[in-house]
Amino acid sequence: MNYSKSNKPTDPVEIDESEEIVHQDAWQKLRQFTDARIGLGRVGTSIPTAELMRFQLSHAQAMDAVHVPLDVNQLAEEFAQCELLKPYLPLYKLHSKAKDRIEYLQRPDLGRQLDDASMSALKPASDTRPYDLVFVIADGLSSYAISHHALPFLQKLIHRLHQDSDLQGEQEDAAKGRLKSVPQWHIAPICVVQQGRVAVGDDVCETLNAKQVVLLIGERPGLSSPDSMGLYMTWNAKRGIEDSLRNCISNIRPQGLQYDAAVHKSHYLLSESKRRSLSGVNLKDRSQDSLLDNTEQQYFCLTSDNNDLPINH
Amino acid sequence: MSNYRYQLGSHVYKFSDLADLMAKASPMRSGDQLAGVAALSSEQRVVAQMLLADLPLSTFLQETLIPYESDEITRLIIDEHDAIAFAEVAHLTVGDFRNWLLQETITEVDFKRIRAGITPEMVAAVSKIMRNQDLILVAKKCNITTQFRNTIGLPGHLSTRLQPNHPTDDVNGIAATIFDGLMYGSGDAVLGINPATDSVSQAVKLMKLMDDVIQHYEIPTQSCVLTHVTNTIEAIELGAPVDLVFQSIGGTEATNQGFGVNLNVLDEAHKAALELKRGTIGNNVMYFETGQGSALSANGHHGVDQQTCEARAYAVARKFKPLLVNTVVGFIGPEYLFDGKQIIRAGLEDHFCGKLLGLPMGCDICYTNHAYADQNDMDNLLTLLGVAECSFIMGIPGSDDIMLNYQTTSFHDALYARQVLGLRPAPEFDQWLNKMQISGTDNLTQLNKKLPDSFAQPLKMIKELS
Repeated sequence: MNYSKSNKPTDPVEIDESEEIVHQDAWQKLRQFTDARIGLGRVGTSIPTAELMRFQLSHAQAMDAVHVPLDVNQLAEEFAQCELLKPYLPLYKLHSKAKDRIEYLQRPDLGRQLDDASMSALKPASDTRPYDLVFVIADGLSSYAISHHALPFLQKLIHRLHQDSDLQGEQEDAAKGRLKSVPQWHIAPICVVQQGRVAVGDDVCETLNAKQVVLLIGERPGLSSPDSMGLYMTWNAKRGIEDSLRNCISNIRPQGLQYDAAVHKSHYLLSESKRRSLSGVNLKDRSQDSLLDNTEQQYFCLTSDNNDLPINH
Repeated sequence: MSNYRYQLGSHVYKFSDLADLMAKASPMRSGDQLAGVAALSSEQRVVAQMLLADLPLSTFLQETLIPYESDEITRLIIDEHDAIAFAEVAHLTVGDFRNWLLQETITEVDFKRIRAGITPEMVAAVSKIMRNQDLILVAKKCNITTQFRNTIGLPGHLSTRLQPNHPTDDVNGIAATIFDGLMYGSGDAVLGINPATDSVSQAVKLMKLMDDVIQHYEIPTQSCVLTHVTNTIEAIELGAPVDLVFQSIGGTEATNQGFGVNLNVLDEAHKAALELKRGTIGNNVMYFETGQGSALSANGHHGVDQQTCEARAYAVARKFKPLLVNTVVGFIGPEYLFDGKQIIRAGLEDHFCGKLLGLPMGCDICYTNHAYADQNDMDNLLTLLGVAECSFIMGIPGSDDIMLNYQTTSFHDALYARQVLGLRPAPEFDQWLNKMQISGTDNLTQLNKKLPDSFAQPLKMIKELS
């Protein structure tokens, strides 16, 4: 009684030869409102071949993002060609305690710690004058995120931090006795960690005795975002620190949060963190407050009938 | 000195306590290995299963896995245990219980009689010595129906949650996805959004959006914003149109602490939602999500294996008579469920345990891109759960959740399962699909080729993006 009638053979007389086998959805124009895979059409009730192939390619790319190893030598070469970053190079190439990807995926605890060789290699890099900041780059779950976005983002952020230093001199001349001093950034050599999770930056920060760490990491890849980069900022990080003491900026990539916007947010958080000597839940990101009051425009309303919205063909 | 020992040839296997025995008897999964509680060899696992099979069910009433004094879930399980209901199976061992469940003459009528007498630990224990086909067979015999504006879980039916998530909660994007889902016959379990921004004002905005749609088209379904239970309580106080109250729950007090909830808060929310009286044909107002691994992830597992912790979460769920319980089986990642094989097994276990304990179990048949799983594994689990008559699954455009970054079942997938297994949507919703001419009008196909006039209208009204 509950059996679907579609199990019965179709009467051949009813087949309209003029129709395509693939049924196109009449609402494809709704795709302008979302990246979700809507209006895919169907063959019977199944996904049409072209859409199936598109999905498989996306999944393959997301899997590769997880499994293709980060080429640290290539990354080091690209960094070396950037004049702005010269003071913070060469890159320190480090490794977590997770020996390979399989172990990394099954043992999150090992990916959170630097291995002994990396610890020893890093020690000479500490400075008698404490660093304000150390940048750590970790492959995380997407090597593509790092190989695509780490360098261009870091260039822009460090450029922005350099402006802070420049400003201080001018302002001291112009307005003596200002209460709030503009921060200057003493930046440690940049580190890159293979098979690293977010907390691996804590080991670097502690070993270098830096005041805070900014960790750039490949985020868990989505089907439509295989190369999304995350940024975690932690004041006074050391091994075992709680995750609630970090601030996070997510989805950094041109199709997500763009570099300039991410630099704006991170610069705000870094400056506030330095000023207040803390990070985490007590440090709210208010860098966007002025932008938040924009009212959302409604272009498509499911319940609109003739009188609701002005027609605009 | 522990009683749990077994001599096999010259080797004596010893297990330190009941929790250790349960963990070692669990089918292999990465989360138990990560916790350091898993069996160290295949032989040790089967020896543990043999010992478990010989264990009287009543052992679980005398020996708690997590102390009564330190865990409110243990207290809930023990305090609400019904000795009279238990009497019928009290003499059975775990192995006998498996045999009892599998008899052809034992049906939901019998399950109903004993249900208040069996605990999550008993159900978890028997699941560990059952094969996948046993889990499917017994779950299919369970008949759990719940109601709010329609009837979920009738035999021969499979419902779907329409999940129109959007990375910035954009109302246009969400509306577009709801439209797509409805046209594919999805949404009879619930229209349920995971908000990107977890705040009360955002939740209220999304509740209103969905409520408008449900009212405008008179859809016999319910809506839910999957925000923290305390946000939903606030939304109720603000007069927002709350149909279902959502919360993620776990099987230990410490896990729930990690989620920021306890039994009191859940009780408060449950009562507040009941008072709204928004259900037209029933009073099941809660929507819970669970998933193996949450206890370890919250560092609240007490050395208990993840499948047993999961079953204990169902004790929490059943106290509040939910409309829907959803085990989000592959979301947590490969450190808990490594590959397709482990995800499939966990999905079948959770569905079986929940159903036997009386819950309207659905499953988010899903995986992340760092797990060793793919669409074929999901097809397998979907088909198996369809045969087991799982209450509901997720529905998302093209399987791709662009907000949560994982893959779950698509609108198309649900139609596949209905087609190959002869399953129908919830009857009230089924009638609505017919009335709105979303269903095929030829009685041969599930969907109409022509866009119904009532849905063509909003498409004509689209304002051009500037």
